[in-house]
Amino acid sequence: MADVNRGNRPLSPHLQIYRPQWTSISSIMVRITGIGCLLASVLVVAWLLAAASSEAAFAVVDGFLRSVLGTLILTAATWGIFYHMLGRLRHVLWDFGYLVRVEVSEDMAKGMFILATLLTIFVLVVT
Amino acid sequence: MRYLTDRKRASGLGSGREGTHHHWQMMVSSILLVPLVPILVMLFGGALGGTHEEVLAYFSRPIPAILMGLSLIVIVVHLMRETHAAIEDYVHGTAGKLTLIATTAFSYTIIAAGLFAIARIAL
Repeated sequence: MADVNRGNRPLSPHLQIYRPQWTSISSIMVRITGIGCLLASVLVVAWLLAAASSEAAFAVVDGFLRSVLGTLILTAATWGIFYHMLGRLRHVLWDFGYLVRVEVSEDMAKGMFILATLLTIFVLVVT
Repeated sequence: MRYLTDRKRASGLGSGREGTHHHWQMMVSSILLVPLVPILVMLFGGALGGTHEEVLAYFSRPIPAILMGLSLIVIVVHLMRETHAAIEDYVHGTAGKLTLIATTAFSYTIIAAGLFAIARIAL
């Protein structure tokens, strides 16, 4: 049963030749930002652990996070978690039955990108 | 060319019976992200940049300590489930199971280490 006609079926278009759309790209990016932010959580926890441990450990981790590379990573993670939050909010709206239309979904995909960027700039300016 | 798909072979065999629950869990944590993500970002952003003493004093206060711990738990658990969904989609068989176990262990370690650090600073 499991071996019936494997490999001799028409395939859906491959991702490489599939025309990118706002809806598909935003869906993929919600997933990527989710996984990326799980990895970035290591930095936040390492910083907390270092602060709890000693002055010397704190200097090392804090120094890295406030370096150019550290600032870039944290800024990307901030954008990513805001984007993910907005993407997930979009799923909740869909699940409640609102805004389930292609044009509106495309507008929301653009809105997520813009709003995540504005929120990140706001955080960078305020903190 | 025949058209019998994996989907067709699987239909009628019953569901995994956990899909609705997983969906509901994601819906709940997705809503919780809306207050907790800005809280975590502002708390962390507010504390980062201070001296060691200032950071210790910052998280010695109850509200920042509780909110930091709370947002860490909820957000990391949400991101863990998000990652699990991606693994279930793309990694199969034994490799898939081991990757699921590894990400679960990783996520709970992050939460435990973070809570320990916050408790040690706050108390």
